[in-house]
Amino acid sequence: MPVREYLGLARVNGPLIFIEKVKDISYNEVVEISFGEAKKFGQVVMINDDMAVIQVFQGTEGLSIDKTSIKFSGKPLEIKLSEDILGRTFNGIGIPIDKGSEIIGGEYRDINGEPINPAARKYPRNYIETGISAIDGLMTIIRGQKLPLFSGNGLPHNRLAVQITRQARIKGDESERFAIVFAAMGINHDSARYILSSFEESGALRNVVTFLNLADDPTIERIATPRMALTAAEYLAFEKEMHVLVILTDMTNYCEALRELSTARGEVPSRKGYPGYLYSDLASIYERAGMIKGRKGSITQLPILSMPNDDITHPIPDLTGYITEGQVVLDRELFRKGIYPPINILLSLSRLMKDSIGEGFTREDHPHIYSQLFSAYSRVQEVRALASIIGEEELIDVDKMYLKFGRAFEGEFIKQGENENRSIEETLDIAWRVLGYLPKDELTRLSLDEINRYYTRRTDEDMAEIIRAVSAGKKSRDGEAAP
Amino acid sequence: MSEKMKEKTGKIYMINGPVVKARNTTGFIMHEVVKVGKMQLIGEVISLDGDDATIQVYEETTGLKAGEPVTGSGRLLSVTLGPGMIGNVYDGIQRPLEVLREKSSDFLKRGIEVPSIDFSKQWPVEVTVKEGDKLSGGDIVATVEETSSFTHRILVPPGVSGVVKEVRSSGRYTVDTVIARLDTGKPGKDAIREIRLFHSWPVRSPRPYEERLVSDEPLITGQRVIDTFFPLGKGGSACIPGGFGAGKTVLQHQLAKWSDADVIVYIGCGERGNEMTEVLEEFPELKDPRNGKPLMERTILIANTSNMPVSAREASIYTGVTIAEYFRDMGYHVALMADSTSRWAEALREISGRLEEMPAEEGFPPYLSSRLAEFYERAGKIKALGNGNIGSVSIIGAVSPPGGDFSEPVTTHTKRFTRCFWALDKTLSNARHYPSINWLTSYSESIDEVKDWYAKRVNKNFFSLRDEALALLSEDDRLQQIIKLVGEDVLPDDQKLTVRAAYLVKVGFLQQSSYSNVDSFCRPEKQYEMLRIIMHFYNRAKKLVSKGVAISEILEGGLLSKLSRMKEDITNDEYEKLKDIEKEIDSFFDKLETR
Repeated sequence: MPVREYLGLARVNGPLIFIEKVKDISYNEVVEISFGEAKKFGQVVMINDDMAVIQVFQGTEGLSIDKTSIKFSGKPLEIKLSEDILGRTFNGIGIPIDKGSEIIGGEYRDINGEPINPAARKYPRNYIETGISAIDGLMTIIRGQKLPLFSGNGLPHNRLAVQITRQARIKGDESERFAIVFAAMGINHDSARYILSSFEESGALRNVVTFLNLADDPTIERIATPRMALTAAEYLAFEKEMHVLVILTDMTNYCEALRELSTARGEVPSRKGYPGYLYSDLASIYERAGMIKGRKGSITQLPILSMPNDDITHPIPDLTGYITEGQVVLDRELFRKGIYPPINILLSLSRLMKDSIGEGFTREDHPHIYSQLFSAYSRVQEVRALASIIGEEELIDVDKMYLKFGRAFEGEFIKQGENENRSIEETLDIAWRVLGYLPKDELTRLSLDEINRYYTRRTDEDMAEIIRAVSAGKKSRDGEAAP
Repeated sequence: MSEKMKEKTGKIYMINGPVVKARNTTGFIMHEVVKVGKMQLIGEVISLDGDDATIQVYEETTGLKAGEPVTGSGRLLSVTLGPGMIGNVYDGIQRPLEVLREKSSDFLKRGIEVPSIDFSKQWPVEVTVKEGDKLSGGDIVATVEETSSFTHRILVPPGVSGVVKEVRSSGRYTVDTVIARLDTGKPGKDAIREIRLFHSWPVRSPRPYEERLVSDEPLITGQRVIDTFFPLGKGGSACIPGGFGAGKTVLQHQLAKWSDADVIVYIGCGERGNEMTEVLEEFPELKDPRNGKPLMERTILIANTSNMPVSAREASIYTGVTIAEYFRDMGYHVALMADSTSRWAEALREISGRLEEMPAEEGFPPYLSSRLAEFYERAGKIKALGNGNIGSVSIIGAVSPPGGDFSEPVTTHTKRFTRCFWALDKTLSNARHYPSINWLTSYSESIDEVKDWYAKRVNKNFFSLRDEALALLSEDDRLQQIIKLVGEDVLPDDQKLTVRAAYLVKVGFLQQSSYSNVDSFCRPEKQYEMLRIIMHFYNRAKKLVSKGVAISEILEGGLLSKLSRMKEDITNDEYEKLKDIEKEIDSFFDKLETR
């Protein structure tokens, strides 16, 4: 295709430039914009007769109407890929920024990708053990899943993401190749450095591909960043047969960039000024997770988004929750209580776990334990609300037991160390231990069989003993077997 | 509809996402299918203005150029109706996804045209008409054993009539074979109409029927909260609103699995790819409770996932409902699940935005409510044209209100046009109470119509028992308000009993695990017995409490745990065994009374 170059613009408005009397322009093609020494990239977002609207990735500062020249490439936005991208760092639009060489060889790929044919998908069934009780027990992550972390400013989502990345493994499957694709969108330098240095410590850096669009980088580039990252991930997963974990952070910043662009284009806004196509746009990112029949690799997505004002009904977490296969929600109140990871289990969910837990996967009692813990903990919330009005002393006995269960559940089951790596058996044993605070009759979600096998009624003295034993570093699970 | 015309060609001058405008298009007709650009993308004409046409393109438009041609096809956006649809997975414009995969790759490529049904497969055809028969639209000319459990009836297309002039004998034929020639008595080229095993129908026009009937038979779903508390008539329409994680999709899957319909059309409209895969992997393994055949042998899937083009999402709803109507016209009961109609409404909004139309509420176009009404009105129980069989289409639409707020436009408008409202409640799903249908805010307007059916088939006291249980639950709700303030302990014994009994109804009856082998489906007879026994327990206990027996004595008997586990302990086939529990209750209370 001949490269065509034009001089002069008709109009500049925010991140958009308008150019007239152009011919043969194709929708979504990439353009190179030069003005003096400066070079920028842009993309055609609308064509009307001989007029084209171009969004400029690095912002329009310093462009003039008459002296700017525009070169049309005839191609959509692409990224060059080969296995050499492992261990490399790119900016938000896929240009290496780590002082390394250009990617040699390899092939160009359109970053918009193509939707996976639903009939070609393989339903994800391999559970990933993260060593974190709250996640493994109650919102098990499955290879090929997209499970976002809903967080808020100041909450330890980065620490949790790093812990998951470090500890995640699939039993009996250690030989397979894995890679991490990390895309930072509008996060600050410190957060990015924390995440990257933790990869370095765990020795994983050789397997990490990094895309950095930090808080002070051009906003509009952010639109391309997750697509760059996912195109790289698809290449590694479906052509190089690797298991790829994609961390996208922070999706809220991505959506802000989208809103900015949409407003500049004068589009009709829907909720809170976000464009009406926010759902479809987010879906075009999140749906690029999964597995394909007959191919070995997988893409698991762990997007992180901060809920503006901790509001889960805000359009960004709301639409995300409708697309992703569950969510892990962090909670400020638990965080204040000093519980790490501060996961609000009632709001969290993994949609894919149901077919991948229980007999043959984790342990046969897992599905019922899961259900029982949720129902008991939600009762705890009701009792707490009541206790805050009438006082704990006035509660009936069974409600008092629920309070004790609630404390033990948060303090022993949810809470764990940042380097503590619990096996699924340990997690389930702890669950039975904390359920020991409730009388048998309350455990309606568990079968009598399971109760006979695992349940032991706990009193305060027992618990004090256990806590002492645990803090003394002793294994406390002897004698937990059924009477 | 119309026969092939001369090809018209226009020229693209504007491209904005899935919306394309073209000039020099005089001769294009509204909703005509067109080929867009050199890539031959599939599009549909959605507005005409003088010499200009606006086209929505069903494929990604990246790379399209101004000046490229738009070619008309002369036919409206239609579905191909004939044997070979059952068990298929289609995209929003009825392209079979498996065939697309074979033809291109695991990823969806653009500009590929494939037939909706297999034209090379030979079907065993049993011809049921003979020369000289007078036929009109809807008459059955032949039958085809499409699957081991499904007989496809070949219909004369609506609007066609005449006398059979030639007819083939029964045998194995492809769908394209002319089975009969009708002498229509019309002059010229319309004098003879050929009847094949398939015909086309435009998706945006409802198929005609003889007359509409009352939906007096319930769609049995095996879900207690639905069948007993808020039943849906065959031919009715229901709305399932719920925020994310409230369990819409699992409930829709349950309904697709267990509903006693002959054909299920499941539309995954702008939802997750893995959910469709789950259905595809699970349904062939599951057995139809009515005949033991794989569930896939009565299911048609339409998968236009959230990352597939948005305009095809808009079309997917119409594609699905037209297919459903076709099976209805053969005299079958069809249940159509649409998950989620909110995504469809958002597709309308997105396209409307690109057309720069004036928005109404929350950016949705003003015609949202009329489009919703048109869609839900295509549900109904009918006497079919020609063959006179009774068939129905029941529509169950999931709605995904933003932020779980039921006052948003899609939920409020849908509520106006549907007769059942199954409101999913986040507090219930957070406590993993599934199905999380809220028993206080949900309703069914079908009860009066299906009452007789229940009285005849299950028990004449069915709905009085249901009303009694619902009254108990609403009394419980009042007491829960008090408990939240002062605790359960201060309530008098009779109110404590109410709370306990309501708890029993909630846990022992309303909660139903979709993953349980025993309880995933519950037959109406078992539903009735279960509720009757729980209420029996309550009534006997109430009598004792009023006589001054302490509630603690009543609760100590261990009956509660037995009652809350009976759904799992006793299978559908041995539901008569529930009577043993009743005997236990009686002997327990008899003992307490005589003491």
